[in-house]
Amino acid sequence: MSETTVRPGQEHYVAPLEETPLRAVDAVDDSAPPSSQWGEAWRQLRRRPLFWVSVVLILLVVVVAAVPSLFTSVDPRFQTLADSLEDPRDGHPFGFTRLGEDVYARTIYGARASVVVGLLSTVLVTLVGGVVGAIAGYYGGIWDALLSRLSDIFFAVPLVLGAIVLITSLQSRSTLTVSLVLSLFAWPQTARIMRGSVLQTRSAEFVTAARALGLSKLQVLVRHVVPNALGPVIVIATISLGTFIAAEATLSYLGVGLPSSIVSWGGDISAAQTSLRSDPQVLFWPAAALSLTVLSFIMLGDVVRDALDPKARTR
Amino acid sequence: MSHRETSPRDGGPRGAAVTGAPLLQVEDLAVDFRSSGRDVHAVRGASLTVHAGQTVAIVGESGSGKSTTAQAVIGLLPGTGRVVGGKILLDGRDIAHASRREFVGLRGSSIGMVPQDPMSNLNPVWTVGFQVREALRANGLDKGVSAKARAAELLKEAGLGDAERRAKQFPHEFSGGMRQRALIAIGLASRPRLLIADEPTSALDVTVQRQILDHLQSLTTSLGTAVLLITHDLGLAAERAEHLVVMYKGQVVESGPALEILQRPQHPYTQRLVAAAPSLASRRLESAAVRAGIVRQAERAAVETHEVAVAEAVADLPDTEVATEEVIRVEHLTKVFTIRGSGSRGEKLRAVDDVNFAVRRGTTTAIVGESGSGKSTVAQMVLNLIPVTDGRVTFDGVDITTLDKRQAFDFRRRVQPIFQNPYASLDPTYSIFRVVEEPLRVHGIGDAKSREARVRDLLDKVALPASSMRRFPNELSGGQRQRVAIARALALHPEVVVCDEAVSALDVLVQGQILTLLNDLQAELGLTYLFITHDLAVVRQIADDVVVMQNGKVVEAAPTDTVFDAPQEDYTKALLEAIPGGSIELGA
Repeated sequence: MSETTVRPGQEHYVAPLEETPLRAVDAVDDSAPPSSQWGEAWRQLRRRPLFWVSVVLILLVVVVAAVPSLFTSVDPRFQTLADSLEDPRDGHPFGFTRLGEDVYARTIYGARASVVVGLLSTVLVTLVGGVVGAIAGYYGGIWDALLSRLSDIFFAVPLVLGAIVLITSLQSRSTLTVSLVLSLFAWPQTARIMRGSVLQTRSAEFVTAARALGLSKLQVLVRHVVPNALGPVIVIATISLGTFIAAEATLSYLGVGLPSSIVSWGGDISAAQTSLRSDPQVLFWPAAALSLTVLSFIMLGDVVRDALDPKARTR
Repeated sequence: MSHRETSPRDGGPRGAAVTGAPLLQVEDLAVDFRSSGRDVHAVRGASLTVHAGQTVAIVGESGSGKSTTAQAVIGLLPGTGRVVGGKILLDGRDIAHASRREFVGLRGSSIGMVPQDPMSNLNPVWTVGFQVREALRANGLDKGVSAKARAAELLKEAGLGDAERRAKQFPHEFSGGMRQRALIAIGLASRPRLLIADEPTSALDVTVQRQILDHLQSLTTSLGTAVLLITHDLGLAAERAEHLVVMYKGQVVESGPALEILQRPQHPYTQRLVAAAPSLASRRLESAAVRAGIVRQAERAAVETHEVAVAEAVADLPDTEVATEEVIRVEHLTKVFTIRGSGSRGEKLRAVDDVNFAVRRGTTTAIVGESGSGKSTVAQMVLNLIPVTDGRVTFDGVDITTLDKRQAFDFRRRVQPIFQNPYASLDPTYSIFRVVEEPLRVHGIGDAKSREARVRDLLDKVALPASSMRRFPNELSGGQRQRVAIARALALHPEVVVCDEAVSALDVLVQGQILTLLNDLQAELGLTYLFITHDLAVVRQIADDVVVMQNGKVVEAAPTDTVFDAPQEDYTKALLEAIPGGSIELGA
């Protein structure tokens, strides 16, 4: 076919300029407000009802944990055997335990142990796991080999099993020791996530650019690599906060967690078990409080993950 | 856009050769994507016609809607995309709103597709032969033993030697070019009448690119397959297609016979595109040397007319007289990498092998080569980012491999890099202000106030408004980010800037803009550039000297004009011939 042949529908066509106005090449759009990555994530979060539901629930639990006396004037440790397993009545909306303690007061006061153990363990795990993971991922080589094997050793021990074995050999138990023991067996997960995240960030061009500016390796790690690798760690921290609360309750239920002098949901669930058939409400309230708290943190973790990693979002 | 009359006139200029009814007719196509609750118009009123056996190219930048148009034709719009208007007539039947089942029937047998990225479009867990057979089976063509033979035949047809053995291999055993051939075999397996080729070779090296396109062309010609070629490269499109469709911001701005569009572009966008097409442009941007002459002239004129202020301003400009002084000298430079995990002692790879060249102050030297030629490794060693195995890099007479910590830190101020990927070279958690300020802070230059003034000044130099200071990299386009990267590189008043594929990831118009900017800055600041690129067209526009590398060795090193006009080595000649559209003559 000759070059000059024009087939039907293929005549030389030029769009009218008024319909296809030419824009300046690569002009900066000044209209939109500036937004950082975190600002963008916040905007995402703000729109999710699930985020607000979990935030309100978590705030409520935190306030209850901080000042339980706002919510009840009854002493959770006060026992009147005459009230043993009594039904709810005025001033005692959830009824009484076998030992005649007020279930409502115990549920309110139990929040503190859970929240303290959850927060403390999460902070410890994030610090230790984050630092170990960052060093292993960033420096690699012998550091990676040593730290990764070390975390594998702890990873191999199931959280609750390891905690039971260690705690039973401890003399004194408190919220601090329980948190320490939980952290000891939980940090490898955070370390692994941090390591993977750092490995990904480490090879980015902005890291090479920073090194070419003359920053030392440590400066690059602290200023550029860690802030960019933090997203997944924040997500796992939020979710594991709930897991730690559940783990503490498990230990207390098994009688190896917090001592009975500290009011805790796990301990109450354990004590209520004996009267489960006849009086299930004694078990119901601490269990419901526990579930709701754990659920709130896991929901929050979910929405935070969606906001920080839009790719993982399900439509 | 106005609805275009597409009445099939009987015949046409050459009635016998031209059948009236087109194979594919897209009329007033509109495609929307839904994004955070809003409808984004990806394509608006696009019309195009493809006749049987013809090659038609859609040309446009990223975001122009060219790929979306093609995806609508084959019913594979990603995510939330949907056709909201217009018609897609295949053999006169409207398939714009065809059901999923109808499309499954059409795909493969009527419309085939060769995707863009050969690295991710083959399933790594199945053999290549299996994937070709899958295409046959899906269209009910061949099953069992005969399919095996047919698959090998198709692979052979797509230009793979030893096809029967190759069919039993896995994708990771194939090179990029071979994978693309396998994808072509799959695309043509059921003999579609229309083949959509979406940037089929843009992930490949130029010499491989040419071979694959040549082969695809001869194959589709012999089979009588019509091809809808999607590309960002005007030169490539003009060379391969009879009919061009130019898209811009989701609309067709111009369409018509390829040569006519190239020689007499009517729409201002097309004119801009033709003027900027790197593969067609063949001039060095005004070099520093030429500008120096202009400056001297201005100086003389100012002195003569006693315009003191002007004379002073001109005298303040750096002396851009072309020096023959060498600022970087690379001698017997060698880099050996040990590849882990292969063999007990690890396999040695000589990435850079006895490389010698020199860079003169105030000029641009380009290192050209295909992927794996070692050009980026050379850049990293010049930047003192990785240790050299052997040989030396001297900067201003000092061997940089012998610098102590303090000297190495000071060296950083004098040599700065700009990297390829503008999406990865800026820390996403840093605001533009912090990105540009960081080098000043690291080197302890000035106080907070003077640093801010300097950042403003730098952003102004790279033509970004001061308001962009508070923005974050994710809000800027690729070209804008690259300008931020340039501002960062210039913050410390470096003498040498190493540009590692600094414009390869950008659209042509933006590419032209950045190259002009770099060139202006060179003249203004007396910078020396070491330009690492695979794109000879870019070399032609910016470089004074060229070093051609292949497999870690220098093949040819000479002034740019010498290399382009009289290449000495076969490899250089092959590279030059592979530039798409290089042979097309443009109208003035």
